[in-house]
Amino acid sequence: MRCVICFEEILPEVTWSTFYKPVEEKKMCSTCASKNEKITVPGCTACFRMDSKGLCRDCLQWQKTSPGVLDGNKSVYAYNAFAKDFVARWKYRGDYVLLEALQEEIQKGLTGDREKQAVYVPLSEEREKERGFNQSKAIIQAAGLQPVSLFQRKHSEKQSKRKKRDRMEAENPFTLIETSPDPVLIVDDIYTTGRTVRHMASLLKAGGCPSVSSFTIFR
Amino acid sequence: MISSIRSYFPQRLSWIPTSRPPHEYFELAGKLLLKHEIPLSEEQISHLVSTSVLTKVDSFERHYFGPRCRRCGNQQAHFFATMPHASCGRDCTYCRYCIQMGRVLACEPIYIGSSNVKWPAPAHPCAWEGTLTPAQEMAADELVTLVQSGGGERLVWAVCGAGKTEMLFPAITKALQQGKRICLATPRTDVVRELLPRMKTAFPQVGVQALYGDSPDKRGNAPFLLATTHQLYRFAHAFDVMIIDEVDAFPFHNDPSLHFVSQRAAKPEAAVIYLTATPRKKQKRKIRYKKLPVTFIPRRFHGHPLPVPQLKLTPTLHRSLKKGELPTRILKSIAEQNLTHRQLLLFLPSIKKAEEIARFLLEEGYDVKAVHAEDTDRAEKIAAFRKKEYRMLVTTTILERGVTFPSVDVFVIDAGHAVFDEAALVQIAGRAGRSHEDPSGNVIFYHIGKTDEMLDAVDAILYMNRLGEKG
Ligand SMILES: [Zn+2]
Ligand SMILES: [Zn+2]
Ligand SMILES: [Zn+2]
Repeated sequence: MRCVICFEEILPEVTWSTFYKPVEEKKMCSTCASKNEKITVPGCTACFRMDSKGLCRDCLQWQKTSPGVLDGNKSVYAYNAFAKDFVARWKYRGDYVLLEALQEEIQKGLTGDREKQAVYVPLSEEREKERGFNQSKAIIQAAGLQPVSLFQRKHSEKQSKRKKRDRMEAENPFTLIETSPDPVLIVDDIYTTGRTVRHMASLLKAGGCPSVSSFTIFR
Repeated sequence: MISSIRSYFPQRLSWIPTSRPPHEYFELAGKLLLKHEIPLSEEQISHLVSTSVLTKVDSFERHYFGPRCRRCGNQQAHFFATMPHASCGRDCTYCRYCIQMGRVLACEPIYIGSSNVKWPAPAHPCAWEGTLTPAQEMAADELVTLVQSGGGERLVWAVCGAGKTEMLFPAITKALQQGKRICLATPRTDVVRELLPRMKTAFPQVGVQALYGDSPDKRGNAPFLLATTHQLYRFAHAFDVMIIDEVDAFPFHNDPSLHFVSQRAAKPEAAVIYLTATPRKKQKRKIRYKKLPVTFIPRRFHGHPLPVPQLKLTPTLHRSLKKGELPTRILKSIAEQNLTHRQLLLFLPSIKKAEEIARFLLEEGYDVKAVHAEDTDRAEKIAAFRKKEYRMLVTTTILERGVTFPSVDVFVIDAGHAVFDEAALVQIAGRAGRSHEDPSGNVIFYHIGKTDEMLDAVDAILYMNRLGEKG
């Protein structure tokens, strides 16, 4: 087996337990794995930010401006230099198969959320064509769940970028096609400010969805 | 060299169209592009396809061993993957080997542009007024002959500071006069950046362009291109004269894909010139068996010998480096060196060490900057050092070649480290004594024990100096 990230040969570790059981196929070599920082103890319990004790400043702010919209975020890895490089290769260059490296941890991170509706973040037609896949759908599929489509994008991402920053922040880029009577989990690759998932969550909550939380690979 | 590559990559370039209808889309001439890389509308593209100015070709070949990417030549199974492709709705194979140049998918063809455009044929393209040394002139004549006859290859083996670039001028002039298209490719971006202003000054009328990863100009529509070898992924049968500088350098020497694309970028009837100061064993063997004609220039343009490295044992070196410091012995030599008129180049084995030592020297009060591969201000820092805006440059093997400063001493810290192989050490030593005004310089290898690579590097330099004396 070769590391899906750096292509180095992975030598299987032979121990007494692996001697009897079949060796688990590793997707990532130990060097690459060591650069990827797992979030073991989330600092902020609401958004999984690492460098904070209790609720972080962003979450306190969200509590004031849009209380009760998002019922929490979970993430698996810190968005460090390795993660930035990973996202650049996977999402922007479109090296789809890289996600296999993180599949196992994504699945572990989603234990307890598997009954929820796994909703993906839509891309504009133009962007999806360019990239060839939807990153949010890909994560849900990697977790072995069924991606649920509840949203549409109003404009292409490029159009909204051209607009003034403040307008973009105020305007919700999504429209809800259908609401959900069951708890929803919005899945995406990165949680940065939490704005994207809150745009979606607010529409769901207004539509009567009982609970909306989010899951991202990186935080 | 190319014939030895054929054994890795059996020549299957028959998919490149042989009919080359004339046209005036200079940006498409001899290009191999993905659809979104073509700067034209959908309608224009299909019109050009109907007139065979562009030819659509399957991106992958199917073989018994699996697919083979036509853009990069990759055929190793672990560099292919499949993805559920939104545009075609199927599981689509894509190439991971060349994905940094944009993703090649099985369902999307590649487009090849006819190379048949009429390049200008200026009568006097060269504005350089210098004179060549007799050794340079001999080499230049051989290259002119090769360009004129077309077809064939030649290796120029010239020591660091022999004046390789000037030696190329007559051949480039001849090619331009005949309306031929030339590409000078090299593995290193810094070398392309350094060559561009020199070539622009020497050939002011032809609009020389440089192509590299983040080059401001990406059109590639000039008759004379400078490019990193990676940019050749986007060319097929484009050039009448293909010059590959620093053939022995990383990543070219150990990446068969780059050999494949540089072969493909040249027209079948092209003249191919390889340049090196430090040929690898494989190239030396070919020279010995007379499979590759060679021009040998063991003497620097100013006629002085190459500086011979001094080896200095520094037993405490690793202990100091671990703490991010330098041993007192080296610090003392640096202090003494700083009293001279020369600037100092300090080579460290890794980016991390280069940064640590630069920080340490800064704290010691020296006028110092670090430059390495991951440095975004690399080009500016190199330019500032050349203008003597600071005294000391700490770097890695990224600056081992191609980059010249008029008057420097060179220290290699931990010269026994595996990154410093014979070629790297010879190249590094070759940074010293590059100008007429200051034709020598001190080169010191600090080490904790001599390695074969260090001894071979010194032997190679001494050997060149002996040959240079005779010539
Ligand atoms: Zn790896
Ligand atoms: Zn490829
Ligand atoms: Zn497809």
